Amino acid sequence: MWKWLHPYAKTQNAYQLCERLLPWFVVSAFISFTLGMVWGLLFAPSDYQQGDSFRIIYIHVPSAILSMGAYSAMAISAFIGLVWQVRTAFMAMIALAPIGAVVTFIALFTGAAWGKPMWGTWWVWDARLTSELILLFLYLGVISLYASFEDKQQAGKAAGVMAIVGVVNLPIIHFSVEWWNTLHQGASITKFDKPSVAPDMLWPLLISILGLALVMAAIFIRRLQNEILRREIHRPWVQALVAEAKGK
Amino acid sequence: MQFESFSAFVDMGGYGFYVWLSFGVSLLALGILAFEAVRQKKVLFNAVEKEQARKVRIKASKTSATSQVKSSYSEAQASPRNEEMKQ
Amino acid sequence: MSMALKAVFERDLALAYRQRSELMQPMMFFILVISLFPLGIGPNPETLQKVGPGVIWVAAILSSLLGMERLFKDDYNDGSLEQIMLSATPLPLVVLVKVLAHWLTSIVPLLLLSPLLALFLNLTEPMYWALLSTLLLGTPLLSLVGAIAVGLTLGLNRGGVLLALLLLPVFIPLLIFATAAVEAASLQLPYSAQLAIIGAMLLISLALAPFAIAYALRVSQN
Repeated sequence: MWKWLHPYAKTQNAYQLCERLLPWFVVSAFISFTLGMVWGLLFAPSDYQQGDSFRIIYIHVPSAILSMGAYSAMAISAFIGLVWQVRTAFMAMIALAPIGAVVTFIALFTGAAWGKPMWGTWWVWDARLTSELILLFLYLGVISLYASFEDKQQAGKAAGVMAIVGVVNLPIIHFSVEWWNTLHQGASITKFDKPSVAPDMLWPLLISILGLALVMAAIFIRRLQNEILRREIHRPWVQALVAEAKGK
Repeated sequence: MQFESFSAFVDMGGYGFYVWLSFGVSLLALGILAFEAVRQKKVLFNAVEKEQARKVRIKASKTSATSQVKSSYSEAQASPRNEEMKQ
Repeated sequence: MSMALKAVFERDLALAYRQRSELMQPMMFFILVISLFPLGIGPNPETLQKVGPGVIWVAAILSSLLGMERLFKDDYNDGSLEQIMLSATPLPLVVLVKVLAHWLTSIVPLLLLSPLLALFLNLTEPMYWALLSTLLLGTPLLSLVGAIAVGLTLGLNRGGVLLALLLLPVFIPLLIFATAAVEAASLQLPYSAQLAIIGAMLLISLALAPFAIAYALRVSQN
């Protein structure tokens, strides 16, 4: 596998791989995301307790799950970059960070908009919302650390260390927040936390998760390409690429 | 299909505002992210193109400058540099 | 090797002693922040007792952040950090010693102030002992994890705010467990479980953080 993977550590090859993969991801992301949203909004049955406000789950849960997933992916690429000294891995890390931050924001926002009709207030210090908020802080920390360095090679390494520190902490944060929540609040909120998911609700939910994951992947591929271009802008292969694109 | 009419679909059983607000903001946020990614690539390509065009111009002005040196020394000293800086 | 470590330790203590006024500042900040709270939320003893542990811990985290930047900054500016890196002594060990010296000089004074602050916020005696034990176990953790971020932001001119931005979310679990321990003590409940968790976090960071700090310093030194 290493033999197969290794050439893609070279930025030019990674760029070309992205170029080849992008159309497939865009098409499949569009299809599955639309399918998930339409199914969730139009065809899935409404919850007997929460009525149609329950449909927010089809964007809230995917974004909550994938915000954590994007952070782990970011930390894994940081780890690859730090251990094997792969520059492309740092570029992947920093291409992912804003996507993860936006998805975390979506999870927070939809959580608040779901909380308003259910709990009566926009914000409740419930376990999931609190850990999402902390996750957003972690993302912003990595992004601003990267942005403060002039030398982007150094920036990648520094932000990578911070991403790994964050990912070691993430389970502890999650556990502590959950524990803190049960300590300070009764079971009044957890009633809504895990709606009993019937199969005809589960399928659209799974498709929404897949759809959002593919949308994020497509944006990530394009952002990775941009990052590679930005860092290698004076390299001959980029110059040739642009000249070729212009000629067409 | 869970809804009988389009207006029932928009109303979402009374929760329309919250449902459409959260879906709208989510789609908007993802849309901005995607748009930004697409736009950035164009910006980068344009930057490279500009630089290439500039290199071509520098080359052209240099060759013309050396030819002018042969005819009139003083003119060549003033014009090509200034032109380059204006652009 | 142990000679070199001892020399680093003694040097750091001597340097800290000569900059006493600078060391006083986080302590003053600590007291000031805590005296603001009774003024802000009213002097009702019961309210103060309820928010006391949280307030003391938040103030302790903030004031430890204030002094944190000193950890490597001077050594970085005058080049002695580079010398230490080039020496034969393993960098993680040197870093550990430096963190220990820093903890002794700038955080232990905060701990010594804590009885006074417990009086200010009307904490009961069992609450105070719980608070002191969480501070004793938790503040080395602050220094160790904080040193990683200090190492990373070393080369930046204005690293202070960024340091807080990076570290505060990471310290949240510590804050939760520490205040929960004090709260349990206020209800006469056992709090050894919370202490055990903080101790476990301390041990993990003791094992891993020196390597992360050393790597961070290498990144900054380039």
